[in-house]
Amino acid sequence: MRRGVRAALLAAAVAIVAFALLGSGARAGVPAGPAPDYERDVAPILREHCVSCHGAKEPESDLRLDSRAALLEGGMSGPVLVAGRSAESLLVRHLDGRASPRMPHRKPPLPADQIARLAAWIDAGAPGRDEAPAAAAVAPRPALHWAYVRPARPAVPAVVREEWVRNPIDAFVLARLEKEGLSPAPEASREALVRRLSLDLVGLPPTPGEIDAFLADRSPDAYEKVVDRLLASPHYGERWARPWLDLARYADTNGYEKDQRRTAWKYRDWVIDALDRDLSFRDFTIEQLAGDMLPGATVEQRTATGFHRNTQLNQEGGIDVEEARFETLVDRVNTTGTVWLGTTVGCAQCHNHKFDPVSQKDYYRMLAFYDNAEYSVYGQGEEIVDRWIVEPDLELPTPDQAKRREALRREAEGLRLEVEGRDLGADLAAFERGIAGPAPVFTPLPPVRFEAKSGASFRKLSDGSLLVSGEVKDKDTYTVTVRTGSAGITAFRLEALPDPSLPRQGPGRASSGAFVVTGLAVREGSRAIPLVRAAADVNEKRRSAALLLDRHDDTGWGVTTDEDAGRAHFVLAQPKHPLVAGGPGRTLTFTLDFQSGWPHVQSSLGRFRLSATSAKDPFGGLPVPDELRRVLDTPKGRRTTEQEAALLAWFRPLAPSLDAPRDRLRTAQAELDEMKVLTTPVLRERAGFERPSTLLRNRGSFMSPGERVYAAVPAALGSLPDDQPPNRLGLARWLVSPDNPLTARVTVNRYWETLFGRGLVATVEDFGTQGDRPSHPELLDWLAVELVDKGWSQKTLLREIVASATYRQSSTATPALRERDPENRLLARGARFRVEAEMVRDVALAASGLLSPKVGGPSVYPLQPEGIWNVPYSSMQWETSRGEDLHRRSLYTFLRRSSPYPGLRTFDAPSREQCTARRVRTNTPLQALTTLNDPVFVEAARALADRMMEEGVGDAASRVAYGYRLCTARRPGEADLADLREFYERERTRFAREPESAKALLAGDAGKPGAVERASLTMVANVLLSLDATLTRE
Amino acid sequence: MNTRERQLARAGLQALTRRHFFRQSGFGIGSLALLHLLDERAFAAAADGARDPLAVRPPHFAPKAKSVVYLFMAGAPSQVDLLDPKPMLQKHDGQPIPEELVKGERFAFIKGTPRLLGSPYSFEKVGPAGVEVSELLPHFKTIADKAAVVRTVHTTQFNHAPAQIFMNTGHQIVGRPSMGAWLTYGLGSENRDLPGFVVLISGENNPDGGKSCWGSGFLPTAYQGVELRNAGDPVLFLTDPPGVSKEARRDSLDALRALNERRLEETGDPEIETRIGAYELAYRMQSSVPELADLAREPASVHAAYGTEPGKVSFANNCLLARRLVERGVRFVQLYHRGWDHHGTSKGDDIVNRLPKLCLEVDQAAAALVKDLDERGLLDETLVVWGGEFGRTPMNEGRNNSKFLGRDHHPRCFTIWMAGGGVRPGTLVGATDELGYNPIEDPVDVNDLHATILHLLGLDHTKLTYRYQGRDFRLTDVAGNVVTKLLA
Repeated sequence: MRRGVRAALLAAAVAIVAFALLGSGARAGVPAGPAPDYERDVAPILREHCVSCHGAKEPESDLRLDSRAALLEGGMSGPVLVAGRSAESLLVRHLDGRASPRMPHRKPPLPADQIARLAAWIDAGAPGRDEAPAAAAVAPRPALHWAYVRPARPAVPAVVREEWVRNPIDAFVLARLEKEGLSPAPEASREALVRRLSLDLVGLPPTPGEIDAFLADRSPDAYEKVVDRLLASPHYGERWARPWLDLARYADTNGYEKDQRRTAWKYRDWVIDALDRDLSFRDFTIEQLAGDMLPGATVEQRTATGFHRNTQLNQEGGIDVEEARFETLVDRVNTTGTVWLGTTVGCAQCHNHKFDPVSQKDYYRMLAFYDNAEYSVYGQGEEIVDRWIVEPDLELPTPDQAKRREALRREAEGLRLEVEGRDLGADLAAFERGIAGPAPVFTPLPPVRFEAKSGASFRKLSDGSLLVSGEVKDKDTYTVTVRTGSAGITAFRLEALPDPSLPRQGPGRASSGAFVVTGLAVREGSRAIPLVRAAADVNEKRRSAALLLDRHDDTGWGVTTDEDAGRAHFVLAQPKHPLVAGGPGRTLTFTLDFQSGWPHVQSSLGRFRLSATSAKDPFGGLPVPDELRRVLDTPKGRRTTEQEAALLAWFRPLAPSLDAPRDRLRTAQAELDEMKVLTTPVLRERAGFERPSTLLRNRGSFMSPGERVYAAVPAALGSLPDDQPPNRLGLARWLVSPDNPLTARVTVNRYWETLFGRGLVATVEDFGTQGDRPSHPELLDWLAVELVDKGWSQKTLLREIVASATYRQSSTATPALRERDPENRLLARGARFRVEAEMVRDVALAASGLLSPKVGGPSVYPLQPEGIWNVPYSSMQWETSRGEDLHRRSLYTFLRRSSPYPGLRTFDAPSREQCTARRVRTNTPLQALTTLNDPVFVEAARALADRMMEEGVGDAASRVAYGYRLCTARRPGEADLADLREFYERERTRFAREPESAKALLAGDAGKPGAVERASLTMVANVLLSLDATLTRE
Repeated sequence: MNTRERQLARAGLQALTRRHFFRQSGFGIGSLALLHLLDERAFAAAADGARDPLAVRPPHFAPKAKSVVYLFMAGAPSQVDLLDPKPMLQKHDGQPIPEELVKGERFAFIKGTPRLLGSPYSFEKVGPAGVEVSELLPHFKTIADKAAVVRTVHTTQFNHAPAQIFMNTGHQIVGRPSMGAWLTYGLGSENRDLPGFVVLISGENNPDGGKSCWGSGFLPTAYQGVELRNAGDPVLFLTDPPGVSKEARRDSLDALRALNERRLEETGDPEIETRIGAYELAYRMQSSVPELADLAREPASVHAAYGTEPGKVSFANNCLLARRLVERGVRFVQLYHRGWDHHGTSKGDDIVNRLPKLCLEVDQAAAALVKDLDERGLLDETLVVWGGEFGRTPMNEGRNNSKFLGRDHHPRCFTIWMAGGGVRPGTLVGATDELGYNPIEDPVDVNDLHATILHLLGLDHTKLTYRYQGRDFRLTDVAGNVVTKLLA
């Protein structure tokens, strides 16, 4: 309330001031000034306060305030100024609050003197140069922001200290330094350089052998040799995949509530491989965005499209799938904007971008490119509550699998023809003769022992059935042991029976009364009795009797429709060989499986009975549905064709003569189904020739569809070339076309950021008007042009940068320089920063010798504390890897989005829920606890101690020095060595006094010789792995 | 280490660094004065937020509250059975809801036209505002005079994960900083031996929104919530490896420090100073956290009041921990208790059997916390918030014709309560229609709630910004109004 009053008073005051000035000033002019002028007095005010909304790009209220002509023209509410009469001009009235809303909207009012200046200009007749009203149509565009102008190769500047310049990069950097009166730092030491190169290019510290080789190599190209070796290393791709996987939001789970597993590591391996073989950034882009649309697309190119499949997938019960799909597309557009255009297009989801040239229409035109990819919805139908978006997976069988699968498919095809096509005339006739006899009699098998895995309880009813109550689990298994009678057995019968105590009277325990038996097995003692055929009174489409005996754990015979609830049903199953006569005390044990349950949807039986028959033809008569019974009752000659067909269709699955091929088919099918063929998520375009389109969404809400827009790139940034299709492939090609002003700049800047800890444009994710200006604009453009001219080769770009004297500078800085340029924008020294999360662990593993060099493969599970994963409606468990997978490079660590690996998260690794262009670097006590106490690091310390014992020849000092070198690539200074020695001796005394502590620390290594020394060195190693010099790339 | 000790340690480090500057710079003695000045300025800069993310920063205006305890009822409790009774529902129990209310409505699970479901519980008017409170919350009745009940909170999200993310970060898609992260970013932390933002979890499992509920989004990770775990180390990797004694750890940190200080001298990189500080803080946390988490030393009367049992995982234990954290100056403590998702698909998730159990788990301890804070004089400066991510439908869900009673997700209105920290005690804000379907008076959206919480902490929600991707982001995005009726 009070605030409102104040605002009103303020507005009034402004009005009064404006008025007062108008009264006198209008005629007399603003005190002592020259005549008002548009360019001098008006344009700057409007530019500062108004043009961001009332500019050239889809202006608010159709009103533009960026030129005099536009001002004169006015907007939606008509003219905004009346020349000579400021008091009547809407422009002034909205600014001083006399007209509502007060402008600028939701921002503080303009200072009174500025409003007065505008008023004075209007009162002077709104003078200016562009008098002609026609000029409104061609109102001058404001100058384009630098990033939207195509880069041209700048001239390499001249410098004074030419001898310092190794390549053009240095000329740009030095020119600036000389302008600022600074000089570059001296070159870093050789040890520092080899460690820096190793960490930067392959993400691992150099081995002592590699250090020694470089120190000993006095040839002029020693440095280049190291660079070449590292760029050719199989670990290069692993290191550079990391920043790209942050952008690609690659993870091993779907995200959101359930956060289930997905198999996507083939995409990750594709990235590593593409980088290793230096796939040009051009193709790297095209294959990831549209590899599937390339002519003759290879498996690898399709795999690459996993880039945009890394979006999250919401599988929470009760979601709106349309909304989920929309959010997926939004993420793809936003990620494309960040990664290639360095532009936050996301703002335009809801409204025209206020600062950058992306309109809301542009946004949905971009979205249209992605809205044409294939997808379906899992779980259609009214009653199903678990629904989610399904996008295609590409199968990646091994050559052996492909061969075997082909063979099986051929065999299955043949068998299917036989099973479905063989003439059954004679069999059917025999069957008809058989059922003419008496219907088989089934005798209940009295249960003697019964239990449910869920802990549900059973009650034996007088008719021999069992009634289940108590605990209900989504999935269950019943084990029932029955006593057999004296006669032999030719078939079993399982009856599902209704009961008033069950939901909707059963027979199932689901709230709908439904049930699904996914498996039925019989054994006598430990001997299994194979079942070969099944038939039921009701066979639903995906829950027929045949599915009861297949090898799928989660399919089976079930009755789930509303009409069938509360009614009795049965299924018959025939043993492969009839069982000979029973005897006293002879028992059979049945296992009934109910494994199809979804969370909160149970499928187990509520009341059931097992019985058996010894009839010769046990399937005779009984399971024949009523309408077929009528057919059978019709003499053969009088049956219609339809009747014959229906009868045959029903009889075919039961025909004994088909038992063998059916059995073989089942086996072949099971092997096919169980073949663990690897898959990877891919994009696949919907068939059709139309130009991809989508609906604009008002205010960004998918609930408010607007007009239809067609795929196109943001108008201000260019347009698709005529020879490019207006689809995803065209988009990808446009992104890496020379016409695109942004992609090359954004890309080289990211590489620069990774090597120098800071981009030439510090906001690597935003090159728009709100982002940082480049510190070295010409250098940025030079690198961008260079990248394109050298065929978009990423390795060539890296080689060029690390070859520069700029890169080779020492990172030590004088206090004066640090004061002058704390962020090292001017590059008068080398960069010094804590290595990224993955490297923190990788350095420890490498230094200690534990690191597995294996490249690629499924994600792994290194040691992780208990209880990190505890996610609703998910039973996924962290199952710690064994063997070398415990010590793989960190980028292979299984990444669960809702619970990322703590050892990495603590060091600022993102959860990969969204595209991350730049990691923030922090320095926290939780990181300290990790390097000190995380079992991963303690194990590394033990192993490092081992190396010191075994490889560090000589006395304790040389062992400690060796460990120091393994971690930092340097030899310790005297003082450092003395401190470490002293610490080592103190620990040795302590452990000699407390041998139990030494044993405890060494754990599995306690049996090795020299426990006290080993434990003491482990403590030293623990310090070494926590050293700033170890954790920092210098 | 107390403040004085910390100052001394810092001074020592500065002196040392100064020595280094003299040695390295090669300036003559005549430049001493100038250098001294530069040096001091460098350290003044080092002391600000850029260098020390958790340094205490002044609020925008005088705050009412210094800390927040947010009791997050994950899964979403039923407002119509607890704090917003609707006799009309009882009267028309079992009748279909008027079509026009639900036409075009999106439900998570309800199909067709649902039927109204009257609450099976009785209510009693308590406190100066005469707030009706369910018989399921007898303990809340005893603090109703201290609390403000808001019946008209509404959200845009109707699935758990996005709604929880929205409630915590002001945006339904992950990636934005959570409220606790914003607050520690804005105000820093009063206690330097503990994290500024602590998360405690009890109930069935972690919240649906995952760790993003207390994530730092695009803010530095130093601001993310630190989970005090129920099992194992309360803070990950707090315990020294087996065989490493306290003295051995101290010795190793001394060695580490000596080497790092030497490196600081050699390179002049202030980041090393921060790293030395981080290792020392880690060492202090090794004593302060176990001391904090040790509930056994609380007197029997406290245990009786909260219903705590040391060593057990429970909401009650976490409430007591929350009080101990607030006492120690922790800025934002968030408790999650998952289990309120009462759809009525079975006995295990209905409002007849399950809801009372959840109330038993939560009611006593939440009330005890408020009283305890009050008795210790901490309630004035501690804001306690209780609530879920959305509400529940006034209608029975009846999924698959379930015979159990339950309610679907309802984003249109739900009830939370707040107490202490400058909240007007004994108030009732907002009213919903007679079916409890829509707010009819004083609707409060999630942004408004955030704006109000920040306001109570002395922060203007429009000014607490962080520049990211070329934009100044806020917890309240482009919306949010402080709910003045809630202010004392």
